[in-house]
Amino acid sequence: MYKIVQKRALNDTVTLMEVDAPHIAKKAKAGQFIIFRVDEEGERVPLTIADCDREKGTVTIIFQIVGESTMLLNQLNVGDSILDFVGPLGLPTHVEPGAKRVCVIGGGVGNAIAYPQSKSLHQAGLQVDMIAGFRSKDIVILEEEMKAVTDNLYIMTDDGSYGEKGLVTDKLKELLDAGNHYDEVIAIGPVVMMKFVCAATKPYGIKTLVSLNPIMVDGTGMCGCCRVTVGGQTKFACVDGPDFDGHEVDFDELMKRNSFYRESENYAKEHVCHLTGGKRHA
Amino acid sequence: MPNMSMKKNPMPEQAPDVRNKNFEEVALGYTAEMAMDEAKRCLHCKNKPCVSGCPVNVHIPEFIAKVAEGDFAGAYHEIALTNALPAICGRVCPQENQCEGKCVRGIKGEPVGIGRLERFVADWWMENGTEKIERPASNGHKVAVVGAGPAGLTCAGDLAKMGYQVTIFEALQTAGGVLVYGIPQFRLPKEIVAKEVNSLKELGVDIETNMVIGKVDSIEELFEQGYEAVFVGSGAGLPRFMNIPGESLLGVYSANEYLTRINLMKAYRKGYDTPIARARRVAVVGGGNVAMDAARCAKRMGAEEVYIVYRRSEVELPARAEEVHHAKEEGIIFKLLTNPVQILGDEKGLVKGMECIEMELGEPDASGRRRPIPKEGSNFVLDVDAVIMAIGTSPNPLIRSTTPGLEANKHGCLVADEKGATTKPGVFAGGDTVTGAATVILAMGAGKTAAQSIDEYIRSKQ
Ligand SMILES: Cc1cc2nc3c(=O)[nH]c(=O)nc-3n(C[C@H](O)[C@H](O)[C@H](O)COP(=O)(O)OP(=O)(O)OC[C@H]3O[C@@H](n4cnc5c(N)ncnc54)[C@H](O)[C@@H]3O)c2cc1C
Ligand SMILES: Cc1cc2nc3c(=O)[nH]c(=O)nc-3n(C[C@H](O)[C@H](O)[C@H](O)COP(=O)(O)OP(=O)(O)OC[C@H]3O[C@@H](n4cnc5c(N)ncnc54)[C@H](O)[C@@H]3O)c2cc1C
Ligand code: SF4
Ligand code: SF4
Ligand code: FES
Repeated sequence: MYKIVQKRALNDTVTLMEVDAPHIAKKAKAGQFIIFRVDEEGERVPLTIADCDREKGTVTIIFQIVGESTMLLNQLNVGDSILDFVGPLGLPTHVEPGAKRVCVIGGGVGNAIAYPQSKSLHQAGLQVDMIAGFRSKDIVILEEEMKAVTDNLYIMTDDGSYGEKGLVTDKLKELLDAGNHYDEVIAIGPVVMMKFVCAATKPYGIKTLVSLNPIMVDGTGMCGCCRVTVGGQTKFACVDGPDFDGHEVDFDELMKRNSFYRESENYAKEHVCHLTGGKRHA
Repeated sequence: MPNMSMKKNPMPEQAPDVRNKNFEEVALGYTAEMAMDEAKRCLHCKNKPCVSGCPVNVHIPEFIAKVAEGDFAGAYHEIALTNALPAICGRVCPQENQCEGKCVRGIKGEPVGIGRLERFVADWWMENGTEKIERPASNGHKVAVVGAGPAGLTCAGDLAKMGYQVTIFEALQTAGGVLVYGIPQFRLPKEIVAKEVNSLKELGVDIETNMVIGKVDSIEELFEQGYEAVFVGSGAGLPRFMNIPGESLLGVYSANEYLTRINLMKAYRKGYDTPIARARRVAVVGGGNVAMDAARCAKRMGAEEVYIVYRRSEVELPARAEEVHHAKEEGIIFKLLTNPVQILGDEKGLVKGMECIEMELGEPDASGRRRPIPKEGSNFVLDVDAVIMAIGTSPNPLIRSTTPGLEANKHGCLVADEKGATTKPGVFAGGDTVTGAATVILAMGAGKTAAQSIDEYIRSKQ
């Protein structure tokens, strides 16, 4: 059992939790993830390690409440425990040696995953620009944290209610057209966003790393559920990734695969919310 | 007077059209009367051919003699001398190739039902056994075991009985390996595996789940933490695909994923969150135990039609005879001498069919089996909405890639000698990770051998 030592709502649907897991904290590197299972009947769900404190032995996760498992997780409070918490899984983010300046792009809750990337690159002495995209002002998260680890932080909103109005790709093109040079771009967010970031960087020949989030079961390479096509080859995102060269990824296939359980999940969501407000922990 | 009936006492079973809609155990087990009657079929051969067929040399005629007398506790103790998991082996061993394959009664009729008797005795003991497990005095030495499948569990149990302080590190949330995530409930109830795991805990074995060795601690770090030897029993869990077009369509599963969702994650039970596709027509590609399990699960999940698609013929089916028989009874359709060419999808990316080609058997290949050759122009489309690939697995590279000095062969299997010693001092290995996908009993045998070797290794260092 893994005890929750801190919990904080970052906005209405995004929560930060700090969990006691010293053996994971000791090993975790930027880009790796954990898999949690709330209770005996729960699914195994992957979440990126947003931060870890080796001294305290804790791991921080930031998750968006999108379906049943994240809803159940969000019902737990400080002092409660999560049944299973496995990690650190996947390969750490690999930035080309010699890279000096990078642009990190986050979309929505993807910023929670992009933030630790910026942080570790910043700590490694690289110059980090970050473009953080959100639908609107009320869901902006981690602004202070991101500001602290970047040289330039550009916040974009779809409706212009905060920062600049526009998509992250608009800002990226603007920066590139203005002559900014990046050795590498790292994009983390909705699959469509990553797809278009890659399309934008391709003409410039900038290496673009994306963090893929296919549906997973075991997270150790045993089930093949997380397979993605990269450069025409089948890769298992949980062991070969989750980061891949974005110019090689078949995004359309990934979008289809991720929508597979949408019907049954939406069903669960409606029934949980409307009837009991929580199936098991209510 | 021995019982000279040519046939085994039949196994009481759930009727096929009842059981193919539930996940309860198919075979119900002998009653005491049936067991005693079956035991009387044994001729107590002096040279004990049956024993030579058993990878762990269960004292077969001796235990059967006790069953015949009605001394079930005595029979249990006789089995337990060499087999730590009899309730499991009695259910899943391919007896027809092992103990029963060598039984002299099998020459003219059916062999003695050794597996069924073993199961009876083990189940009887679980119900009626009285002895408390004695925790042996500790000898002060620590050993780590990676993987809680049959190989790791057996090795841990034997070492604990010798007084070692054993910790098992298991990647998944539950101990048991394939016994919990692969083999379905209706063939091997998970409660039985849990009982075996519990008796290990009573012996003092510490089981740490959610620990992926190589990601958390590496094997080198386990040595630094004071473990004097490490046994690797990490199995052969990496699924293979066929590399044909359409394998990433929605509704294509590896057998591991399909079975894990159902067995470990209990997608079949009410109240569990695991989603799974409720397919109408399912093709399972492969002919082993894994394929039979996947097909029978698909049927139980409500599929109307389930096909086994296998490129060789009936005689080459590698599955246990009983599983093939059960699958047929349950209405699984066998498309033999058939091989998939591609999987077809609709505009949403969902599986809508599988194109296959008919095969014929040519000359024997390296495996000694006749090589299947495609029949030109015999392509046809099987109307299915899910495809499960059960064409084999290989060892996960995680351990070998994070352990310098640990060598693997070209198939990715760890190299170990007949005593289980790997190329790295202090590291032993056994089970599927060394042999590639094999059987429960061979994995147990390897765990046992390695326990002996680890004991010798640690003593020799003193
Ligand atoms: C390596 C990895 C790291 C991740 N890190 C984070 C993170 O740090 N924070 C975070 O909020 N989320 C993260 N995710 C996504 C997270 O795992 C999913 O949102 C999670 O499955 C939701 O579970 P649920 O039961 O609450 O929702 P579900 O009920 O499972 O799903 C709700 C909706 O999301 C869709 N969905 C399910 N799984 C995924 C997925 N993997 N990708 C895209 N859509 C999906 C469903 O089709 C459905 O529409 C990560 C995923 C991966 C693979
Ligand atoms: C569906 C199916 C049906 C089968 N039916 C039969 C049958 O009827 N009869 C029969 O004899 N055999 C059968 N087999 C084969 C048999 O189950 C295997 O040969 C046997 O389980 C191998 O045992 P093992 O201990 O080597 O490995 P496994 O049972 O595979 O156990 C390995 C364990 O190690 C864990 N692990 C892996 N990597 C790590 C790591 N890095 N850190 C920590 N833990 C790790 C895994 O999670 C797993 O729990 C079947 C197999 C399958 C898949
Ligand atoms: S362990 Fe398996 S092979 Fe050995 S006697 Fe029992 S059923 Fe037969
Ligand atoms: S070979 Fe058959 S009949 Fe002979 S001792 Fe073994 S089980 Fe009995
Ligand atoms: S999640 Fe099972 S192989 Fe990646």
